[in-house]
Amino acid sequence: MDNSIVSALIVLSAIGVLAAIILYFIAQKFKVIEDPKIDDVDEALPGANCGGCGYAGCRAFAESMVKAGTMEGFFCPVGGNDLMKSLAPILGVEAPEKAPQIAVLRCNGSVKNSIPKFEYDGDMTCSFTTSLTAGTGGCQFGCLGGGECVDACDFDAMYMDPETNLPVVKVNCVACNACVEACPRDILELRNRGPKEKRIFVACINAEKGPLSKQNCTVSCIGCKACVKVCNFDAIDVNNFLAYINYEACTLCRKCVEVCPTNAIHEISFKPRKPKADKKEKEEVRLVVK
Amino acid sequence: MKLKTFNIGGIHPPEHKLSASAAIQDAPLPKVAVVPLSQHLGAPAKVKVKRGEMVKVGTLLAKGEAFISANIHSPVSGKVAKIEPRVDSSGFRRESVVIEVQGDEWNEDIDTSNDIIKDIKLEKKDILQRIHDCGIVGLGGATFPSHVKYMIPEGRSVEFLIINGVECEPYITSDDQLMLEKGEEMMVGIRVMMKAAGVEKAIIGVENNKPKAIEHLRKIADQYQGISVEPLKVQYPQGGEKQLIDALIKRQIPAGKLPSDVGCVVNNVGTAFAIYEAVQKNKPLVERIVTVTGKTVKKPSNFKVRLGTPISDLLPLAECDMENTGKVINGGPMMGKALVALNAAVTKGTSAVLLIKKEESKRVTVQNCIRCGKCMSVCPMGLEPYLLSVIARQGENERCETERIMDCIECGSCVYTCPSGRPLLDNIRLGKANTGFMIRTRGRK
Amino acid sequence: MGLLTVSGSPHIHGGLSVKKLMWGVVIAMVPAMLASFYYFGLGAIKVTLVAVLSSVIFEYVITKFIMKEKPNLMDGSAVITGILLAFNVPSNLPIWIIIIGSLVAIGVAKMSFGGLGKNPFNPALVGRVFLLISFPVQMTSWPVVDKIFPMGLDAVTGPTPLAVVKEGIGNGEKMTDIMNQIPDYTQLFLGQSGGSLGEVSALLLLLGGIYMLYRKIITWHIPLSFLAAVVIFSGIFWLYDPNTYVDPIFHLVTGGMMLGVFFMATDMVTSPMTPKGQLVFGAGVGILTIIIRVWGAYPEGVSFAILLMNAVVPHLNNIFKPERFGEEVSHG
Repeated sequence: MDNSIVSALIVLSAIGVLAAIILYFIAQKFKVIEDPKIDDVDEALPGANCGGCGYAGCRAFAESMVKAGTMEGFFCPVGGNDLMKSLAPILGVEAPEKAPQIAVLRCNGSVKNSIPKFEYDGDMTCSFTTSLTAGTGGCQFGCLGGGECVDACDFDAMYMDPETNLPVVKVNCVACNACVEACPRDILELRNRGPKEKRIFVACINAEKGPLSKQNCTVSCIGCKACVKVCNFDAIDVNNFLAYINYEACTLCRKCVEVCPTNAIHEISFKPRKPKADKKEKEEVRLVVK
Repeated sequence: MKLKTFNIGGIHPPEHKLSASAAIQDAPLPKVAVVPLSQHLGAPAKVKVKRGEMVKVGTLLAKGEAFISANIHSPVSGKVAKIEPRVDSSGFRRESVVIEVQGDEWNEDIDTSNDIIKDIKLEKKDILQRIHDCGIVGLGGATFPSHVKYMIPEGRSVEFLIINGVECEPYITSDDQLMLEKGEEMMVGIRVMMKAAGVEKAIIGVENNKPKAIEHLRKIADQYQGISVEPLKVQYPQGGEKQLIDALIKRQIPAGKLPSDVGCVVNNVGTAFAIYEAVQKNKPLVERIVTVTGKTVKKPSNFKVRLGTPISDLLPLAECDMENTGKVINGGPMMGKALVALNAAVTKGTSAVLLIKKEESKRVTVQNCIRCGKCMSVCPMGLEPYLLSVIARQGENERCETERIMDCIECGSCVYTCPSGRPLLDNIRLGKANTGFMIRTRGRK
Repeated sequence: MGLLTVSGSPHIHGGLSVKKLMWGVVIAMVPAMLASFYYFGLGAIKVTLVAVLSSVIFEYVITKFIMKEKPNLMDGSAVITGILLAFNVPSNLPIWIIIIGSLVAIGVAKMSFGGLGKNPFNPALVGRVFLLISFPVQMTSWPVVDKIFPMGLDAVTGPTPLAVVKEGIGNGEKMTDIMNQIPDYTQLFLGQSGGSLGEVSALLLLLGGIYMLYRKIITWHIPLSFLAAVVIFSGIFWLYDPNTYVDPIFHLVTGGMMLGVFFMATDMVTSPMTPKGQLVFGAGVGILTIIIRVWGAYPEGVSFAILLMNAVVPHLNNIFKPERFGEEVSHG
């Protein structure tokens, strides 16, 4: 009786010790020396794994950044400048400063502005619809209203406006770029948020000649260059009958907004202008601020 | 006798061949013809005329310079008014030549008589050149440039020329009527094609729901060496190239291969007629037969239409009740494209204009997949549409490839049978586009 | 003229719908249901009504208030589950037990996976097995015939033939003696055995099955391979020792065999998609049924066998792919 207990004890202990030794050697052999900084950085990151930085996830971002030893070219759009500053001491380098950005919808082809010419019935995915038709409004550049961008948003920063059938970006957008990549027509763009959320941009990407684009949509950019003439800062380019405002150069003077004959240039978060008697009522600007 | 048909899957939708007994009528010339520069599969043709130029019927408007492309000729005589993007049948604007029609003057070197010229004078090389010059494309619907089909790679021999007179799509009767009325010309065309491809045997496959056409072709086929007519069991999608070869000579084209890999060249009966006209009469492809049909059409008809005629011009000719029409389709109900704008022009690929009743124009309500497997049992390519639909939607392109999504011929049989009314084909098309992109870009990384 | 509709091809639909399929199954079950009313009287009607109503109500409530979707009761799937559940219980089962069964069938086995088409296991069978394990006494005390239909034949009360055989073999009785205790095969086939509602008449279930085959609601693959597996597998044992093992025909005509073959194993949602997969599935169910009947603790094994095979359906779908076009190149 006693013997059996003793032998059991010995055998089990022997197995335990043996296993421990094997484990130890295996652990030694496959040991990966990892910079403790990676853990520190990873901990500080938001952990949403949204891919907005261009890496597969937060961990990959931390690894690449620590390995590179610099913060140049690395930016977490979710955490923004504050986060990058807090990461700087870990790596012992200067944090790059980047203007905060937001996704902007460069289309205003709502059901009112771009009247549907037929009814679409079937799968509503934008990436499929765009291969089948130009879109119910007839514009082959504009928003299809399928909401693929909204589905791609991990931060609950977008929703579809049922009235206009266009997506709306909310102010909590972190500029992770997911919606920009999801849109098969490249309508969304990341632009600087601007001081106090003030932004001016061309809400159209129609590259057709004016008369053609006007057939489909009342608020399309017709490439008339009126905005270019009035801009004192060379911030506006017109290519393929389409104006584009460079947000780096734009000083938010709002002159272009006034002269645009189709109201294709949108201003956001500005105080209303002093009313002018004969001025047509401005196209309702979908405020981003909720 | 048991009729031949293909082996895997297939469906039999109601045929509704409403215009079956309607003789081909000439549609009047349009006032303005809109000729898109891309009426075929492949690269758009390069425009060769200028604004203000006077053109005759048969004048070269645009040249297909790329390997897979086709020439485009003026279908009318008159003045080139504009060269600008015009809305095509899918709503996209495509570069088109707009011609204001004046009179009906044909190019001098075109034989416009009705005589049937049976003697084939041209040599193989010249025949191919003529097919190329005249801008002949497959008129069954795929609009693949015909001269490319006959460029058979070195060291590969073709045994059979297969002529597709199946017309498996419901409603459409343009090929049926063409076989009845222009059978003789077609036979000469087939002889021309046999010479071009260097084959001794040609088989015309016709579905058994066209007994008149079969009888007529059989009667005249005796006079032409090597041409036989084969009646086939009515089953959709028998008109698919792969299915037709399987049905007629029991050979299955492996995935990603061409008909010439199993010793075949396949062409449509309409193409055979167009090749006859091109080679024997030097007439470029400027007109085609279009069926205008549907339940809201009072006089379902077959028209001979000049390309570039707006589709809206054809509708009153067939007395269409537009009030009750909810959908207009360019092509047949299974594979045709729904029209976005009625003023889109008839192109080389327009085999029919089909009007669908308002009540029938909407899709059925979508329900959960009940895993009945019916989509799989009807798939003529032996695929699993339910699975492809799911993984395509999830963007699993790698898996789509191994599940052979690229084999899908988009025949729509799966959607037709699905009891849950799921948009399987929509998802599969999306998956095909994404997977195709992945495969094409793979080598470049 | 209003706006034209645009959608991807195809533009016509065959008209087949989930509703048509499901109600087709219901029609196929009607003869056997009527037979159960005939043999078991009011009790059967009560059980069926309660099972169907409670299933439908649970489905409605769960879809509307928990899943917050539009309930689609007309598709008939809840009705099928209800009838199948009723078919699987004795006619004297207390109402509250039936309601629990429906709740498990619809709530746990079906809706918790996402509703119609997403359940891996046959809901009615899950409900039945749950009841069998939870309330073994009520579930196996077979009914006394209700005398509401005086012209009705005397249905057997007490244990089912399967239980008789099981017990007999367990007690070491001779096979010939055991066989004398149960009705002959013609009677069993036409429908004169005690048991659950749906076990009563193999003939009428067969009729329903043929109707479904005719309407192309089911294919022949699962029933045939199921039956073949049962006959072959049990046949081997019977040939080996007819004194210990029952002959294959007994297995075919007794218990829930026909019900399982035509109505439960063939459930589209929980059976494989490809013909090959279906053959394997059917054979698997058949073999498992005999194994359970011969060696298991329960006299009847169809429900367990089907549920077990349901679990491997995803693998069967992965292993058995349909015949692809152009897989083998044939020249000439």
